[in-house]
Amino acid sequence: MDQAKTTTPVLECKDLCISYYTRRGEVPAVVNFNLTVMPGEAVGLVGESGCGKSTVALAIMRHMGNNGAITGGSIKFLGRDITTLSDEELRSIRGSQIAMVYQEPMASLNPSMRAGDQLNEVLMIHQDMSEEKARQRSMALLSKVRLPDPERIMKAYPHQLSGGQQQRVLIAMALLSNPKLLLLDEPTTALDVTVEAGIIELIKDISREFGTSMIYISHNLGLILETCHRLTVMYSGVAVETGSVKQVFDKMRHPYTRGLFNSIPLPGTDRFARPLVPIRGQLPLPSERPHGCSFGPRCNYFQLGRCDKPIPMFAVKNDPGHETRCVRHEEIDWALSEDAGAAQEPMRIGVPVLEVTAMKKYYEIRDNSIAGMITGLRKRFVKANEKLDFTACEGETVAIVGESGCGKTTFAKVLMGLESATEGEVKIKGRDISKLSVQRRDPQLVGSLQLVFQNPFETLNPSHSVGAQVARVIKKFGVASNPDEIQRKMFEMFDLVKLPREFAFRKPRQLSGGQKQRIGIARAFGGKATVIVADEPVSALDVSVQAAITGVLTDIQRKKRTTMVFISHDLSVVRYLADRVIVMYLGHIMEQGTAEHVFAPPYHPYTEALLSAVPIADTSVKKKHIVLKGELPSPINPPTGCPFQTRCHRKLGVICETEMPPERDMGNGHKILCHLSDEVLRGMDPVIAFGAADRASSDIESPMRKRPPAELAQDVVAKG
Amino acid sequence: MLPLIGRRLGMMILIMLVSSFILYSLFESDKDRVVIQAIGPYTSEEQRQAWLDQRGYNEPFLERYVGWVGRAFRGDFGTSVQFDKPVMEVILPRLMNTGILALWVFSLTVMISLVLGVLSGIAEGSAMDRSISFVSVLTTSVPEFASATFLLAIFVFWLGWLPGTSSGPGAFFRKELILPVAVLVIFNFGYYTRMMRASMAEVMNSQYVRTAVLKGMPFRRVVLKHALRNALIAPFTVMVLQINYLLSGVIVTEVVFAYDGFGRRLYEAAQFNDVFVVEACTMVAVALAVATQFISEIGYMILNPRIRLT
Amino acid sequence: MTDQALPLPARRTTFEKLLAAIALLKESRIGMIGLCIVLFLLVVAIIAPVLPIMDPLKQYSSHLLAKPMTEGPDGVFFWLGTDDLGRDLLSRLIWGAQRVFIWAGLATLSAYTTGMLMGVAAGYLGGRWDDILSFIGNLIMSFPLIVLYLVIIGRFGATPLNIIVAVTLATGPQVMRIVRGIVLDLKTRDYIAAAQVRGEHPIYIMLVELLPNARGPLIVDACLRMGYVTITIALLGYLGLGLPPPDPDWGSMINAAQKFGSFGANAMLWPAAAVSTMVLGLNMLADGLREISLRD
Repeated sequence: MDQAKTTTPVLECKDLCISYYTRRGEVPAVVNFNLTVMPGEAVGLVGESGCGKSTVALAIMRHMGNNGAITGGSIKFLGRDITTLSDEELRSIRGSQIAMVYQEPMASLNPSMRAGDQLNEVLMIHQDMSEEKARQRSMALLSKVRLPDPERIMKAYPHQLSGGQQQRVLIAMALLSNPKLLLLDEPTTALDVTVEAGIIELIKDISREFGTSMIYISHNLGLILETCHRLTVMYSGVAVETGSVKQVFDKMRHPYTRGLFNSIPLPGTDRFARPLVPIRGQLPLPSERPHGCSFGPRCNYFQLGRCDKPIPMFAVKNDPGHETRCVRHEEIDWALSEDAGAAQEPMRIGVPVLEVTAMKKYYEIRDNSIAGMITGLRKRFVKANEKLDFTACEGETVAIVGESGCGKTTFAKVLMGLESATEGEVKIKGRDISKLSVQRRDPQLVGSLQLVFQNPFETLNPSHSVGAQVARVIKKFGVASNPDEIQRKMFEMFDLVKLPREFAFRKPRQLSGGQKQRIGIARAFGGKATVIVADEPVSALDVSVQAAITGVLTDIQRKKRTTMVFISHDLSVVRYLADRVIVMYLGHIMEQGTAEHVFAPPYHPYTEALLSAVPIADTSVKKKHIVLKGELPSPINPPTGCPFQTRCHRKLGVICETEMPPERDMGNGHKILCHLSDEVLRGMDPVIAFGAADRASSDIESPMRKRPPAELAQDVVAKG
Repeated sequence: MLPLIGRRLGMMILIMLVSSFILYSLFESDKDRVVIQAIGPYTSEEQRQAWLDQRGYNEPFLERYVGWVGRAFRGDFGTSVQFDKPVMEVILPRLMNTGILALWVFSLTVMISLVLGVLSGIAEGSAMDRSISFVSVLTTSVPEFASATFLLAIFVFWLGWLPGTSSGPGAFFRKELILPVAVLVIFNFGYYTRMMRASMAEVMNSQYVRTAVLKGMPFRRVVLKHALRNALIAPFTVMVLQINYLLSGVIVTEVVFAYDGFGRRLYEAAQFNDVFVVEACTMVAVALAVATQFISEIGYMILNPRIRLT
Repeated sequence: MTDQALPLPARRTTFEKLLAAIALLKESRIGMIGLCIVLFLLVVAIIAPVLPIMDPLKQYSSHLLAKPMTEGPDGVFFWLGTDDLGRDLLSRLIWGAQRVFIWAGLATLSAYTTGMLMGVAAGYLGGRWDDILSFIGNLIMSFPLIVLYLVIIGRFGATPLNIIVAVTLATGPQVMRIVRGIVLDLKTRDYIAAAQVRGEHPIYIMLVELLPNARGPLIVDACLRMGYVTITIALLGYLGLGLPPPDPDWGSMINAAQKFGSFGANAMLWPAAAVSTMVLGLNMLADGLREISLRD
């Protein structure tokens, strides 16, 4: 704070108001927003979709599109108000003093220009550099962002680069003319976890090496913890809490912030012992925001007469730099963990329902190129699944974890009968269905094996009412046949996913993302499902909604004793939900076992890297940092030997490149596919550890951190 | 890219073969009909048989077809009934005239629509955009024969400034081109403009144009260097494919203005039941259409690095 | 999550939905003008038999190529004048409108049904189906349209059925291409996968799951397409390939009048204006619909 008096901030937003103009009139997107960024500081902006965080970033660039405008306040960049600059002054700042990195690297690069040209022009325009000099500087920057072979990257078109490489090119582009301020708008959201870890590492190094101030925008609190010094939590267009990372994470003083933390699966949460607590209600539309506290309608501490009038930012007492937009922040007993979820009995796990034995799925691709014709190698195989072996029992949740191209979706397709297995068996209650296409399956079988999809915006047919879509399943799978009966069953499904029955008449566009996903779940369970495959069912949802959806899934699973195959790349959710975990990489199962075994040493090196890559929003957690080198290989052209050898940080040598590793049984069904010796495997340290030092420093304990959550979980198990 | 081109070439030839087969079976499978059309209805049975024998019509259909394709490939489509001259001699000079007309129309249309499309696409929703859009809706609603009617009424019958019809073979005046070109450009530029506008507007809203703007590129450079090339990809294909429709329009326009072109030859041959000329004209038209399709696809590949480099 | 943030829709009848759609169109001025033009022409065409107009076939040899607002014999009045055979232009225009609506409407319908079914099959089934259907489409589209009409109608004669077949052949593949493109995009959506996963028949998926979602762009395209077909029908009349005389037909009216253009352009301007107005109306309607569909 003392520093603030002596140095000018890089950026200072004062009472910033931004509105969009639609046919229905002016819609305020951001209201009275304040933000200060000091030199060399990294500030996080956190919030769920629609909270206005990206709008703020674009406003700093003064890029509001045709229908947006800054309606009040100021944005001072190094003392100059951006809102009053001329277009030409603005242009000279953009890209040279303030630079931005975007969410979708592929879409953000010009598809018909070489990467090199896109880099060079920044220097040639802003600094009048010759093309040759610009080229040299661009190459230097490309090596700085740790891209191998900058020469090749310069010549490449964007589509010839992987997602991670594209993002590195964009970061290099942003850094070319040494900007004072770097805006990062969800730079890793579109990337795989291990690639994300590499980018995050790079971003941290940048702020260290270049001293660039940063604004890091994300919905992921874990990423903010890793990259930022301070953060501002936004909700529905306003900043609700701001402070240092420690202040906000350990001594949060706004009910929304706490709600957010309660709904993310941190290590130690458990779907039975410590279920997540979703925030009730949903985000108000910008045009329907309440007059007073915007979080009021969803807040447990809402008080008439106080919370329903405009609320200013309050400085938290005895905590300099920490501010909250909550009138009652001094009255609420923050230590009281009253909104922790009620513990439930763990599920009983029954007999095996799904048995997969030595299943393989190869895709054949025809090579019609001239080279293919000459060599005669016209057919090639993509080994999407290579020898999958596992079982799933009644009432059990088996998670399949892996990054893109690992073969998890292919497996789901075989299970659903959209593809047939090349070899091996997939048995449902003893019956082999590996080669039985969905068209040839009887309705009961089809109904007993259903899928919950990832993207709530695509999972429902926009032309039909949601009720009709659930009813179709009930009719199709022969659960009921006469219309009244079908309607009754349909309403029962709505009750089951906790949606009001009137919703049945709505079209999907009249539902929010979470509500759509509930319909998706109702549809999947409509036909007396015995096995549900949930393909990333929550990854497209906001965190507070994720908690609600996982809750619904767990509830129904408990009631119906369904087996769930949970496909995900998100280890936090997997740790929270799964009984058993299967880690896949390029079509192979690298490790499998119960969740406790997989999440604790011994690890497969890939699991170890995955675990370390997952950002965790807990200041007390100490993590090993393992950043994998290279890119995910293509399944069309997999590496020889162990599939993971090209990126492995524990690679032994030639043996990994030539021989497929053996499957090592570590006991209790815990299997690891690796050349490492048992001693090395057993001697591994845990990736995640709970550090005690941080907790001692906070004077007021947060309820969540009274005890290491792992102990909590053990307690409950012991009591049960 | 090469194998793609090879496949396209193969497809071209296949389309030519199939369409020639359909055409031949439509017009010549019934040989009695052919002979009546060729030497007239008031002929004796012997005369007809002699004609058929002489030209190999009594052989099996498929053999006849193969022979026909072989001859057509060498440019021999038989003798025009109407003019009693080899078909090619009747068509070729006319193709030249049509070429001149089409070239003018195509280049003018493309130029006008590129400029207007870019101007309205970069400023979506502006007054300029709305007026350009309105004008293009208006002009695309007036088909060639209707706009020809209006222009004839004004410039020929009322003002008497321009000739209404061509002055016959041999004589060829620039002035005769004005009305046909105007009619075709008026009807066609609107469609092209809207295509270009839509593509430009989409590209201007893309994230990579936002990247270019936010890295401080001057607006000119954003439009010319970042947006235009990408915006050209989709309309390019359509514009070239549209040559096919343009050809239709050219035929109509030639008929309206009695312009001595290939289209009017085809139209008159069809009216006269001059089978061999119709066949030849149709094959020439199909060859042109297929060739432009081929060009459009090659152009698309060249413009689009994502296809060029895989 | 049992909130009621979004308004609950009442269930509506088809007529109410239609009214609502028109109400929506109000926001686009261009669309409203287009709708008015089309509706006006449609109403005039429908009530042609009861309108107090003259017999379109009756020839007044004393009044050939009369100017507008000419008084004829027996107290008849030529509002728009007469043609080269002394027939009343106004009544010929109105009866011609009826004819255009009937034939353009039927031809568009037929072309659309064919093109839509081919397109959805090619797009959804893919593989061999797509290869074959797309080949047929490409084959037809490599004939310049007018050549196709000259060949088909020239070979088989100008009967109503042949005209509809020719228009279907010429227009169907274009519709197919559009539908195929839309379906290729739509079929990657999860709700299609959901239908496959529950073992729905491909025909059910195509007709119930896919086509309804393509209706937005297809309605817009159908308006444009109807405009083109209107042009085609008039053009065929103009080229003498349309339905045989003496029934009034805008195209053949223009053609006949052009021959006498030097004696007065009146008779050829009205039908040309009529064709253009109708196409303009359809195009503006399509434009308005597109504008609205892009909004939400």
